[in-house]
Amino acid sequence: MRLYWEVARRGFRRYATYRAATVAGVLTNSVFGLIRAYILIAVFRQRGTIGTFDVTDAITFTFVTQGLLMPVGAFGRMDISERIRTGDVVVDLYRPVDFQAYWFAHDAGRAAFQLLARGIPPVLVGALVFHLRFPSSPTTWIAFAASLTVAMILSFALSFALNLTAFWLIDDRGTNQLATAIQLFLSGILLPIVLFPGWLEAIARNSPFAAIVELPVEVLLGKHPGRALIPVLAIQLLWAAVAVGCGRLVLGAATRKVVIQGG
Amino acid sequence: MGEVFAVYRRLAGAKLRGDLQYRASFVMFFAGQFLITFLDFVAIAVVFGRVTTLGGWSLYQVAFLYGASGVAFGLSDMFVSQVEYVPQRIRLGTFDSLLIRPVSSLLQVVAEDFAPRRMGKVLQAAIILGVAVAKLHLAWTVGRVAMTVCMVLSGTLIFSAIWIAGGAACFWLLEGQEVMNSVTYGGNFMTQYPIHIYGAWLRRLLAFVTGTAFVAYFPALYILDKPDPLGLPSFMPFLSPAVAVVACVLAGAFWRVAIRHYRSTGS
Repeated sequence: MRLYWEVARRGFRRYATYRAATVAGVLTNSVFGLIRAYILIAVFRQRGTIGTFDVTDAITFTFVTQGLLMPVGAFGRMDISERIRTGDVVVDLYRPVDFQAYWFAHDAGRAAFQLLARGIPPVLVGALVFHLRFPSSPTTWIAFAASLTVAMILSFALSFALNLTAFWLIDDRGTNQLATAIQLFLSGILLPIVLFPGWLEAIARNSPFAAIVELPVEVLLGKHPGRALIPVLAIQLLWAAVAVGCGRLVLGAATRKVVIQGG
Repeated sequence: MGEVFAVYRRLAGAKLRGDLQYRASFVMFFAGQFLITFLDFVAIAVVFGRVTTLGGWSLYQVAFLYGASGVAFGLSDMFVSQVEYVPQRIRLGTFDSLLIRPVSSLLQVVAEDFAPRRMGKVLQAAIILGVAVAKLHLAWTVGRVAMTVCMVLSGTLIFSAIWIAGGAACFWLLEGQEVMNSVTYGGNFMTQYPIHIYGAWLRRLLAFVTGTAFVAYFPALYILDKPDPLGLPSFMPFLSPAVAVVACVLAGAFWRVAIRHYRSTGS
C-alpha cells in the first residue's frame, strides 16, 4: 500500500512541475467555458427550462465540466501506449507490482493534482462572469465527492483498456481519436445530455461516458437528491467494475501473446 | 516567387508520399477528424431540436456559418497549423537546421509537416456548407457568389495568420503553447455561431482583436441578407479581404521578430 501511495505522490508531483502549461490549460478551458455558456444562454432565452435544467444549471454545468475535462474527462493522457510502442513496457511488466494498480496509483496522483489546479480555476472564472449555483447542503457535496471518485476510477479503467490496444495496433492514435470523439459527445462535455432528444439521451445516460462527467455534475446540481442517488452510484459502480475487469482481461491476453517492440 | 513554390511542392510532396506509406493510419486519422468535427455540428442540430432560432438565426443559417468557418479553419489547419509543432522542434534542437537553409523557416515548417490527412475536416465542413446553401434557396447574384469565394479565401488567410502568430508566440511560451488553442480552436468554435450572442467583451476580444468575426459572420450577414443587431456599419462584410491581408502581414512580421529573438537550446 505504501508503494502505491508513493507512486501516486510521484504522479501528482510530475504534473505539478508544468506550471506554465497548467496556466495555459486553465485559460483555454475558461475561454471554451465562456463560449459554451453564451451559446446555452441563447438557447435558454428561447425556452425557460429543458429537461430538469434551467439556465443557471446549464451555465454551472458548463464550467464544472470544463474543470473536469482534464481530471476525468480526457482520454489519451497516459504514457502506456507510448511505452508499448517503444518497448519500455517490458520494464513495467518486470516489476513485482500489479501493472494495472501501479498505473492506477500514478493516474490517481495526476487526477488529484489536476482536480485542484485545472478543476477549480475555470469554475472561479465562470463565477466571476455569471451567476452559478452550488449546493448549500453538505450531503450534496459528499454525494458529489463519492460520485466523482467512482468517475475517476471508471475514467482510468477505460483509458487503461484503450491504451492496451497498442499491444496489437502499435499506433493507437486512430482508436484514441475515435474514442475521444464518442466520449466528448456522450459524456455531456459538448452539450449537457438533458438537451438530447429522448432516445439519444437514454443511450448516453446508460453509457459509461455519462457516468464519467454528466452524472457527477448532475449530482452536484442536486438533480439526484436522497434515495435518487442510489441508482446513479449503482450504474457508475457497475461500469467501473466492468471497465476494470475488461482492462485485466485485455492485459492478460496481451502479456500472453505480446511481442515487445524495440531492441 | 516561382522558386519558393517549387521548394514548397517538393517538401510537401515528400511528406504526402511519406504519409501514404502508412495507409491504414492515414485513413483512420482522416475518418477520426471527419467524425470529431462532425459531432460539433450534431451538437448544433441537437440544440435546434429544442429551439427554432438561435439569436434570430435558423438551423440552416447557423449551418452556413458552421460550414464556412469550418472550411476556412480546415484549410488553414491542413496547410499552416503545423507551426504548433515549433516548440517540439525547439526542444529537440532541430529548429536550428531550418535556419541554415536558404529558404524561409516558416515555409519549411509548414511544408515539411504538411498534413493532407486533415482533409477530413475540410470535407466535412464543405458538405455542411453545401447542404446549408441548398436548403437556404439563396438568389445567387454576382455579388453573393463573389462574397462567398472571398469569404472562404479571407477566412483561410485569417486563421492562417492566427496560427502563424501563435507559432511565433511559442518562441517565448515554450511550455504554454496550449494558450494558442483558445484563439485557434476557440476562434473556430466561436465563429460557428452568430457572434452577437456573446457578451460584449468576449466578442470584442476574440472577434475583433483576432479578426475571426470577419471569417464567416460579417460576410454571412451580406450573403444571407441578415440585419446586424450590433448596428455596425453596413460595409463590414466587404472588409474581410483587407482584414485578412493585414492579419497576414502582421503575423509575418511577428514571426520574423520571433526568429530574431530565438536562441538555440544548444542541445
